[in-house]
Amino acid sequence: MTTATENNVMKTIVFRLLDKEYAIEVDVVQSIEKLLLMTITRIPGVPSYVKGVINLRGMVTPIVDLRNRFDLPEMEYNDNTRIIIVNLENFDVGLIVDDANDVIDIPVNALESQPEVVGSVESEFVAGVAKIEKRLLVMLNLDNVLRPIRNVNADEN
Amino acid sequence: MDTNQYLEMFLEESKEHLQACNEQLLELEKNPDDLAIVNEIFRAAHTLKGMSATMGYEDIANLTHKMENVLDAIRNSKIRVTSEILDVVFESSDALEEMVIDIEEGGSGKKDVEKLVTMLNQIEAGNSPLAVVEEKAGKSESEEITGGLVYDDFEQTVVSQSVEQGFNAFELKVILRDDCLLKAARVFMVFEILEKAGEIIKTFPTVEQLENEEFDNQFTVVIITKEDAEELKAKVQKVSEIEQVEIRQVQFHTATVEVATTIEAPVAGPVTQPAKQTAKKEPTPTKRSSSAHSANKTIRVNIDRLDVLMNLFEELVIDRGRLQSIATELQNAELNETTERMTRISGDLQNIILNMRMVPVETVFNRFPKMVRQLARDLDKKINLEIIGAETELDRTVIDEIGDPLVHLIRNALDHGVESPADRIAAGKPEEGTVTLRAYHSGNHVFIELEDDGAGVNRARVLKKAIERGIVTEEIAETLTDKQVAELILSSGFSTAEKLTDVSGRGVGLDVVKSTIESLGGHISIESKEGQGSLFQVQLPLTLSIISVMLVQMQKEIFAVPLSSIIETAIIQNSDILNAHNQRVIDFRGKIVPLVDLREIFDTGLPEEPEELKSVVIVRKGESLAALVVDSFIGQQEIVLKSLGNYLQSVFALSGATILGNGQVALIVDCNALIK
Repeated sequence: MTTATENNVMKTIVFRLLDKEYAIEVDVVQSIEKLLLMTITRIPGVPSYVKGVINLRGMVTPIVDLRNRFDLPEMEYNDNTRIIIVNLENFDVGLIVDDANDVIDIPVNALESQPEVVGSVESEFVAGVAKIEKRLLVMLNLDNVLRPIRNVNADEN
Repeated sequence: MDTNQYLEMFLEESKEHLQACNEQLLELEKNPDDLAIVNEIFRAAHTLKGMSATMGYEDIANLTHKMENVLDAIRNSKIRVTSEILDVVFESSDALEEMVIDIEEGGSGKKDVEKLVTMLNQIEAGNSPLAVVEEKAGKSESEEITGGLVYDDFEQTVVSQSVEQGFNAFELKVILRDDCLLKAARVFMVFEILEKAGEIIKTFPTVEQLENEEFDNQFTVVIITKEDAEELKAKVQKVSEIEQVEIRQVQFHTATVEVATTIEAPVAGPVTQPAKQTAKKEPTPTKRSSSAHSANKTIRVNIDRLDVLMNLFEELVIDRGRLQSIATELQNAELNETTERMTRISGDLQNIILNMRMVPVETVFNRFPKMVRQLARDLDKKINLEIIGAETELDRTVIDEIGDPLVHLIRNALDHGVESPADRIAAGKPEEGTVTLRAYHSGNHVFIELEDDGAGVNRARVLKKAIERGIVTEEIAETLTDKQVAELILSSGFSTAEKLTDVSGRGVGLDVVKSTIESLGGHISIESKEGQGSLFQVQLPLTLSIISVMLVQMQKEIFAVPLSSIIETAIIQNSDILNAHNQRVIDFRGKIVPLVDLREIFDTGLPEEPEELKSVVIVRKGESLAALVVDSFIGQQEIVLKSLGNYLQSVFALSGATILGNGQVALIVDCNALIK
């Protein structure tokens, strides 16, 4: 098994939310920014997990707070808070996470489907879990986490 | 073969060639005797055929092939240009366009072209049975390898005319080696050499057969040139895999030529003209190559790349702003000087980048002549379309949007504006109606005008209809000026055509045109004189990517309101606010205008202390007004419009965002969404 690792590993960026570690494929990540250096412009009338938009080197990029998206308790942003800019097929979005500082190779065969109880994160957001040494990494299904916000309007008001 | 990477280029070029085809066809219709035009069309069709065959679009290749045959026959004066033939050719080019568009939209580019192909075949065959016979005769003769070709009258005239002008006509018989593998390639090489030396007027077998390798191992080419026989022969022999080249001067017995000319006396007039042109073309290859050179000075750049360039540039502008503020703080003379220079240079750069995104309106206008021709035929009217100022430039984004509204206006002018020939004669006007499409710059705007010399707007009829439809009341109707009445036809739910035609009466009125133009930040007005015609004037902003806005503050947030929808700003007192039903309104210059508190809509929070005075921005959507309450006005500014991206699709009352000088993002208010 160790011989065939080269083709069968997935390079991932690992980030932290609360006490859990999550992973997304490195290919979709454009950059990681320090949140405190950014000014977020709030957008009225969108779900609360969309914190607003930032000016990312001339591009207006929407920002999603993952804690909020996963219904985890919110917390003050601090010096460690990061925005991970991901490029999906049709759009770029920044994800607010507690911390991001690790790149880990996950062997594809270490990836398991999600066990029944993994935490409060809804299962549709999770692509699988991987146990690397003593760490449990949750792979995210970004397409489901970042479904486009449509037809938002103020009719409810 | 993987052709995907060429697809984009193929589509672009196909469209260009089709456009060229269409333009030249319209020319040809006006001057059916000008065979130089046929040549142009033939060239465009031929290139298109080659490209589509390479890309594997057989239907396109097939249809262009047939078109080419017909054009070839016209070119060789085997058939005469008639409007029936042109109709079929037009139809074919329409079908080709459809196929190309289908490919662009991801389709297979397939279409049933059988009918057109048969029609083209009939034209080709039906009108030139002589040609078929002749070809057969030629074939039998060459089978005997006598080497002599049969020339038709046209070819004979060409040859004798060019000989008169000091050219030589040669018949070259090229024999390829038996083991030659790439016959078509060799043929191509021979042709390339010969085309440099002179003009090829005839080949046996035909060019198509040669291209398809439908020949044994020899072919014959007739060429008109100034070079002498030996030189030419030596050149051709340089091509590898050629066994032998035989060359002989083409000569007719004078008697035959004379007979031919006397018999064909009535035809001789138009025929001599192209002959001269063929001859004339030959000595000017250098000129042509120089013009080809100048055409190479433009390059195609993907619009996305320009957008990236623009984005990078905007970043630079933002950093420039920072640098400026640092320079003022530090009070360093040298730093100040450098920043000032940078400011000037980046200003120039901005102009250049914006200019690069400009496209001449021609790209929209050029499809109109054909459309007008078709419509005029459908409507049985005689209409002449004049286009003025097609070189006027507009931002790419505006160009993309303006096409449909203009089509609508032109259809309207043709259907409702210009009268039928009989009516026109009765009214003492020339039988042929004139529709003028004009584009020009003025200030920060581009004007596009559509003028017709038709019936104009019938005041009484428009008013009657408008009252029927409940658009105006009878009392108001009487007070309206002629201009106001004319503009009633732009209101929704209005359609004056007494009978619905499929040209402009599709139930969609001109109100759609009006709303599209207004959504582009433009404006449309009508001037009309009954019995003398109407003038539709469309005013458009030069660019949509940079717009003027009023920046307003609400608590800590800054929003941008497009100036194009602002009527004015005002400060009102609380006592000016009235309650109408459950809606707060103000009295603004005699009009009741609903009050919309933007701070509530956008949830920014209200000021802690109750305000004595309120700042309001009066905005409009069409005729309706609204007063938007904000905390304060910051000022007017030119900003770069940016979309919110695909993640945030349709956010209520926001049309986009922009980046301010300090690097922050400000949202742009969509006033149209706030007014119902």
